[in-house]
This record gives sequence, structure tokens and C-alpha cells, in this order.
Amino acid sequence: MSKSKIITAEIAADLIREGDTLMIGGFLSCGAPHRLIDELCNKKVENLTVICNDSGFAEDIGNIKAGIGKLIVNKQISHLISTHIGTNKETGKQMNTGEAKVTLVPQGTLAEQIRAAGFGLGGILTPTGLKTEVEKDKQKIVVDRKTYLLEKPMRGDVALIKGAIVDRKGNICYSKTERNFNPLMAMACDRVIVEAAKIVEVGEIDPDNVVTSHIFVDYIVDGGKL
Amino acid sequence: MNPKVLIAKRAAKELNDGNVVNLGIGLPTMVANYIESGQDITFQSENGIMGLGPAPEKGNEDLRLTNAGGQPVTANPGAMYFDSATSFGIIRGGHVDVTILGALQVSQSGDIANWKIPGKMVPGMGGAMDLVSGAKRVIVAMLHTQKGNPKIMKKCSLPLTAAGKVTDIITEMGVFKITNKGMVLEEIAPDTTIDDIKKATDAEFLVPDDIKTIDIK
Repeated sequence: MSKSKIITAEIAADLIREGDTLMIGGFLSCGAPHRLIDELCNKKVENLTVICNDSGFAEDIGNIKAGIGKLIVNKQISHLISTHIGTNKETGKQMNTGEAKVTLVPQGTLAEQIRAAGFGLGGILTPTGLKTEVEKDKQKIVVDRKTYLLEKPMRGDVALIKGAIVDRKGNICYSKTERNFNPLMAMACDRVIVEAAKIVEVGEIDPDNVVTSHIFVDYIVDGGKL
Repeated sequence: MNPKVLIAKRAAKELNDGNVVNLGIGLPTMVANYIESGQDITFQSENGIMGLGPAPEKGNEDLRLTNAGGQPVTANPGAMYFDSATSFGIIRGGHVDVTILGALQVSQSGDIANWKIPGKMVPGMGGAMDLVSGAKRVIVAMLHTQKGNPKIMKKCSLPLTAAGKVTDIITEMGVFKITNKGMVLEEIAPDTTIDDIKKATDAEFLVPDDIKTIDIK
């Protein structure tokens, strides 16, 4: 019997060090690991580079949780790599004052850069961003007379992701549109912590429904119902 | 008629049976309310769903199921969920027939700007750059002017989302097509004159002899 992967949110947050590069799953509030984010806020780990779809909201709105927005409000992020920051005014403010660096990436490109890292690829070629600011300083490659931008793989130190049903080994089943970036990030980081809405025994998830294999998952945190 | 409703109703007429469609946040989302009954249209949303349904009734919202604007939605029978790489594979790979989105500016050659006003507002491009690069048809549905300033330009002054990708522009004043010969005003709103449109437009456009009036109920 191997060691249990189940740890508390507190211990999970202790695994994250100042200056780490984190990938955090979720699309706005949906599919973000809210318990882990809250714990990271409590621990005040600073100078983080965060790779995430968007910058969430500045605060919880009723039962809609803020997502990574709280980490921005807390000024724990020194560099945000993201596709959209329009839902959290604090991000733009910190970008303008220079308190935080913000790198904006087209969403499909961000997904592919993360996938490329996890899949062992040297990058991807995409037409997205041609003739825009996105192509600045990037190599262009012509394939069969079509021009593409070379976008490099993107890795992280720790992935914080959210699963709907996770077995004790770490196999993950996602729910609805919570899936988004989570399975991609699970393959692109040195350590992976999954926040599980529900933890079940090994074998309870039909292999057909496992989207992320346990081999990618290092730790499981019981997130409970939010 | 409320100008945004007029735009949404007219844009809905561009959708055909069997189309796979991605609607942007805001005004374009309204288009789904006006598709003809019985039409088989599959809505895709970049946050990871094919077969997006209408908003749920109050009290039936599910936090695990939203559209790209974070609003609660439903899934139609036959829907599918997927991760972001697959979602953008669908978009970038040319499997979306039509995307309808808003813009800050559009040019007469089909350039579009909708992610950044330098020094003022930088929401980010989200999925817009991929959508306009990959969708077969890119329809801009927007109000004709912003605080009286034209948004349809000879050349966009704002940072581009993509160059030469817009195929149609629908505003409360008219319907334009971007063609090899230039931008063509194909339809004009009731109670609007070509002169009105010229005054509200920076771009140059052609007016065909058989120009139609926007026909919606």
C-alpha cells in the first residue's frame, strides 16, 4: 500500500514557496480550486507567477467565488500570465502602477502552450495573433505557404486544480464546464494538487470517466461542497 | 425597437440550419433568443461546451455549468463538455461555422480591434483572437458608433485582434459585407438614410442599386 495522497488544504499551501510558478485551473469561478486559493491567501505566500485563464473577480459575489482574484487583491502575484483581466479591475490597476506584471495570451494559445509542455513538445504553430501585438518578438514559421507563430511550451512548479470526483489514488473525473484548463495543467507541472469536491475509493470511478490519470496527481485535498 | 434588439434579431437571420455557432459576451449573446423556432443550431462556448442551452430558471443554476461570461447556462440534449485545448481545437481548426462578436473598431478591409484601449482599458483578448482566426464567418454585431464616434473605420487605430478576418458587420443602421471589391452596404435600417450612415462611418463603402431595407419583425 503506497502512502496516502490525501492532505489538508493547510499542508498543501505549505508546499508552495515564495517565487513559485503556479498553474491554477478554472474559467472565472467555474472549476477553480477555491479552498486552495483561500488557504494560499491565508498563508500570504508572495511573489508568485500565476498562469491562469483569467484574473477572476475581486471578491466573492454571493455564492460565486472570486477565483484567483483574491490573490491579486492580496498582492501575492508578481507576474500574471492570463487571457482576460476585464472582470477584476484590481489587476489592471496593479499592471498600470507596475506592482504586477501582466502577460496577456490568446486563450487557445495558452491552452496549447500548457498542453505542449505536458505532452513533451517543443512548441506549437498557430495562426492566432498574426499581424497583432501578440506576434512581437516571436519566430514566424511558414509551412506549406501558410505563416504561423511559434509559441513555446509553458511549464509550472505546482498545479492547483479542481476535480469533481477523485479517487484515493488521484484519478480525476470532472463535472460540466469545470474541466477547462484543469486536465492540461495536471500534465505540465512538477507537482499537482487536486482539490476534490468528493473523494471516493479506488475503482469507484469507471475508467471510461477518468479524464486525468492518478499518475499526474501528487496530492489530494478534500474541498467538500462549496 | 431597441437598437441592440434590432441588431440581435438581424444577426440571428444569418444563422442557418446545422450551423455550429459561437456567440461573444454581451450583445452577441442576445442573438440566441431570436433564432427561428425549429432551426437546428449548435452553440459552442469556449469554456468547454458544445450544445449550450438557454439560461436556467431561477433557483436551478448550477455553478459547475456556465458560459464564457460566467453566467449560468444549461446543456441541451446531445451536448458535450471538453477541456480548453479541445475547445480551441474546434475553434482554430475551422469547425465553427459562425462567430458573432462585438468590437471596439472594425475596418473596411475586415480588420477588427476589440481587446485593448492603450492607456485606458485592457481587458485582454480572451478567446477572441482564436475565434476570429478560426471561424469560417466572423460577424461583428455592434452599435454603429461609440459616444457619437465612428467605430467602422478606414483603418483601425486601436491594437488589432486580427487582420482581414471580419466577413459581415451588423449595426442598428445597416448591414455591411466585406468583399474583395470593398465594403458593401447591403441593407439599411428603416428610417435611416445613406447620408446618416455616411456621417456615422469613417470607412468608405459601396452602395449597390438593389440595396434592401432590414426586414425584421
